[in-house]
Amino acid sequence: MGDIVIQVNDLRKSFKANHVLKSVSFEIRRGEIFALLGSNGAGKTTIVNILSTLMKPDGGNASICNYDVVHQPEKVRQSISLTGQYAAVDGILTGLENLVLIAKLRCVKNSNAVAVNLLKRFGLGEATDKRAAVYSGGMTRRLDIAMSLIGNPDVIFLDEPTTGLDPEARIEVWKTVKELSNSGTTILLTTQHLEEAEQLADKIAILHGGNIIANGTLDELKKLFPPVKKEYIEKQPTLEEIFFAIIGAGKAEAQ
Amino acid sequence: MKNTLILFLRLMKHIQRSPETIMSAMVQPILIMLLFVYVFGGAIKASLPDGVNYVNFQLPGILVMAIAYNTSYTALRMFSDKGKGIFNRLNSMPINRSSTLWAHVFASIVSSLLSLAMVFAAAFIIGFRSNANILEWLAVAGILATLSLALTWVAVIPGLIAKTTDGASFLAFPLVFLPLFSSAFAPTETMPAALRIFAENQPLTPIVETVRSLINCEPTGNDIWIALAWCVGIMVVAWIFAMRVYKRQT
Repeated sequence: MGDIVIQVNDLRKSFKANHVLKSVSFEIRRGEIFALLGSNGAGKTTIVNILSTLMKPDGGNASICNYDVVHQPEKVRQSISLTGQYAAVDGILTGLENLVLIAKLRCVKNSNAVAVNLLKRFGLGEATDKRAAVYSGGMTRRLDIAMSLIGNPDVIFLDEPTTGLDPEARIEVWKTVKELSNSGTTILLTTQHLEEAEQLADKIAILHGGNIIANGTLDELKKLFPPVKKEYIEKQPTLEEIFFAIIGAGKAEAQ
Repeated sequence: MKNTLILFLRLMKHIQRSPETIMSAMVQPILIMLLFVYVFGGAIKASLPDGVNYVNFQLPGILVMAIAYNTSYTALRMFSDKGKGIFNRLNSMPINRSSTLWAHVFASIVSSLLSLAMVFAAAFIIGFRSNANILEWLAVAGILATLSLALTWVAVIPGLIAKTTDGASFLAFPLVFLPLFSSAFAPTETMPAALRIFAENQPLTPIVETVRSLINCEPTGNDIWIALAWCVGIMVVAWIFAMRVYKRQT
């Protein structure tokens, strides 16, 4: 187990009378994918905003790589990268220009070479010189995540990275996230898709009513529930499985 | 400073690649000038003293309009950056936060100046002539630059607080129409009393009158100080409000 990279203690935040975060505590270790699961309005984005120094908490404290998010925001910003809820991609710039922009701002040397490599790695090589506005949803998200990788930050926040994507694009993004984590980056992922958390996360925390009501690995969470009942039922394919079976078949025929 | 420049160049690419901005902010003022000079100009000239060059007469109003059009696009660009999460991305990066704001302000001023240069060029083609000396030109440049900075800070406010695109661009409407209700295009003597009082005392009138006097090599009198006071006053008040909104949001 790696050392603790993100430490959150008794974090509180209210918007007027709305107590979004009552007392939130958790920790994330190096290289982990940590999924914050919660329904719309549960406060997932609020946590991400506080950790990425965009918002100040009302109480409690949080640190990233041992730097306090309130008192040492500059140090925190050196260690993190935010991929927000809406893909923060500049549609008027090309894919390459978007990446070069971030690389220059992060003072990365050979910004052009770094950008070209990332585009290849994310399967955007052919779209290098196309304006990002014409990218599909999945391509935009991949470019967005690629932009977050520039400068090799220790921690990446992915705030609902697959919201609004079609199933294929979602799986592309999942693949990307898994690869990231294999390279040692710590990832805090928020999602409302249960399956996404199941697919990607090493640890899952459930945010509900302003508190973390469960936190652990998928197996640990499963143990919190009544023992598995054995029922013998026919395994029905999910609509998703059907969708991919058909699409896969279509591709095979085309070839 | 370096980051401000990087972000400024990004915004200049936006302006350059958006035909809509170029059309409305750069070409539209020229079209309005052609409208005034060739459609209304003949009739308006009748109520002006003999020998007045109407192209010279109406030019300051068009210059003010060009600045207004350009700054309203600043509000839209800021709104779009905020809505798309680009501000959030930049603000979570290890760069000086004020550079995002200043990049927008500089882009606004540079686009205004480009637009002013185009208006001057078009005016020259259709008969604008001036014997103003270098000092008078510097004074014109100074007033127009101060006005464009002032209106830019005004535009930053809706750019930051607007909830919709319409909200972000609502300022364009009064700013573009205000010069029409001044002495910019026609003498105020023929206006109804209430309108005349407004036209003679609104902030754009001394600005327009000063620029007109300067390019025609006439004494500006007190107008130049009243014009500067308005520009600086608007700038300071708008700047205080804009910074307050900006700090609250970041």
